[in-house]
Amino acid sequence: MTYSVIVIGAGSTGAATAHDLALRGFRVTVVERGEVASGTSGRNHCLLHSGGRYAMRDPESARECIEENMILRRIMPEALELNDGLFVALDEEDLSFKERFLAACEECGIPAREIPVEQALAMEPHLNPNILAAVQVPDGVFEPFRFCLSFLATAKQNGATVLTYTEVVDFVFQGRTVAGVRVRDRRTGEERVIGGDIVVNAAGPWSGKIAAMAGVDVPVIPTAGVMISVGRRWNRMVINRLNMPGDGDIIVPQRRTAIIGTTSWRVEDPDFIPIPEDHVRLLLDRAERFIPGYTRGGIRGIFAVARPLVGRRGVAADGRELSRTFECFDHAVDGVEGLVTITGGKMTTARAMAEKAVDVVCAKLGLEIPCRTREVPLLSYRAFFAGSA
Amino acid sequence: MPTWQLRVLRGRPGGSPRLELYQVELPWEVYLIDAIEKIWAEQDRSLLFRHACHHASCGACGVRVNGRERLMCITPLREFSPDQPIQVEPLRHFPWLGDLLVDVSPMMRRMAEVGFVIIRRDELTADRPLPEGVERGTRFEDCIECGLCLSACPVMAADDAYLGPATLAAIERMLAEPRGKDTARLLALADDPHGAWRCHSAMECTAVCPSNVDPAAAIGRLRRRLIAEKLRRWFGGGR
Repeated sequence: MTYSVIVIGAGSTGAATAHDLALRGFRVTVVERGEVASGTSGRNHCLLHSGGRYAMRDPESARECIEENMILRRIMPEALELNDGLFVALDEEDLSFKERFLAACEECGIPAREIPVEQALAMEPHLNPNILAAVQVPDGVFEPFRFCLSFLATAKQNGATVLTYTEVVDFVFQGRTVAGVRVRDRRTGEERVIGGDIVVNAAGPWSGKIAAMAGVDVPVIPTAGVMISVGRRWNRMVINRLNMPGDGDIIVPQRRTAIIGTTSWRVEDPDFIPIPEDHVRLLLDRAERFIPGYTRGGIRGIFAVARPLVGRRGVAADGRELSRTFECFDHAVDGVEGLVTITGGKMTTARAMAEKAVDVVCAKLGLEIPCRTREVPLLSYRAFFAGSA
Repeated sequence: MPTWQLRVLRGRPGGSPRLELYQVELPWEVYLIDAIEKIWAEQDRSLLFRHACHHASCGACGVRVNGRERLMCITPLREFSPDQPIQVEPLRHFPWLGDLLVDVSPMMRRMAEVGFVIIRRDELTADRPLPEGVERGTRFEDCIECGLCLSACPVMAADDAYLGPATLAAIERMLAEPRGKDTARLLALADDPHGAWRCHSAMECTAVCPSNVDPAAAIGRLRRRLIAEKLRRWFGGGR
């Protein structure tokens, strides 16, 4: 028989999960309260992580990143720019991390190589000429909206239904088992019930709110970050600071623009995040340290969004200490059957998150169907619009 | 902190749309998308709008602001005065789904029919000197498929089967680098009565483009190419 699975959220996690489920033969319905990628995924920093950023502090996440980075290059080339990344030492403290960084990258399987400063400056002529060291890694840049649309387009081709502007207002139970969701069509205001054998909660920083509707707890901590888009691109590669991840330590170029990021603080409500003015000033100052004059091309946009970090005990309030790995929760352990939450992670690791979530779904249903998302190339993002009227 | 006034088109298909006034308190440094999102978050959860990236790379948040096509995410509030309402309406020439939401799939299907795949290679353009007489670099690669050009185009108002500026620009770009694809098919698509000849050079597409694509110039090049192909067929090629 064919089982029905409902996926809540059409960000990168929900989109990749829908694709994986559809490939494994499930009947899939995705419900998303807004546009595809209108939450955390859309407002992403656009960094295809090599894992270098997490190699020293968070090796598990770093390993996930490099593995997924290499898979995404195969399955969605149209949504990527493969321009590599550079970790640069701006001062003696940064420089003191160099050997440790190179060793950590090697440990995690990230191909990192130190390049002479003169060569780095030849490759990136606008870079601060006073840098003390440079290490090249296979970072890249992706297009977040197209990233999500590609997964969903492929899911749709394999039979999935994607309902945008459709908000989950409640769960439907049979005893202690989730049997579906009650949704509201935001265009008509009409409510209806969609039945499903399993519901996957992939609502990112909102997954705690969704889980609460089912009476279970998910330890997700919405942790906001500010990013600034500037109207002129000065670097070919992604430029990172060679140090522990911190505020304002990365510039991700995108097409002819670039995005300076980021900061980190906990928020209660991810629906609307006011942008702290001091964060904007900090980011602009820090960008100038990498590339003097960076902001001369003018600010194009400023935005903030919440990351869905998975909470652990004894963690600092800014969330920098929280791992970027992901977690899959089968809420059967909380006494609620039929509900799985997949959260945490990075957009770079969305496919792996989906694989894990669908493995859990299969195990719950007693099925053994192998995952194929590592090999199957995705359709163009434009194919998402192919079927609609 | 100033209180901004927004007059937003509200309604659903089948009903009569109306302009509704909202007031929203936000600092000078933020953008129109923040005002719309804050209204949705705090005042009216039924408000429909498209958005994703908030930095003009996804093309989702196109609307008409005081009658002009803009992306909400790069429209700074400081351009306006807090005591003058900012009028926000959906894009024209797309099926309207309610409030600020339109269905972009007709445009996306035409773009898919052309099928130009952008391959990102050397993207560093900041310090490359432009040729003499060229004021700014334009290229189709920066097209974010936002639909502003379709909304602004007066021909779209008269002919909803018109391919539209973005699609014609995509055809022109693909003809320049066909990578083994069938150029005759692309030329036939452009030579259609609803193709390149329909354009009457109002240049509105180029004026509203947020990504310096310059579809109007691309359509001009495309027409010259079509004429050259015809002349070649009549006089030169013997086919």
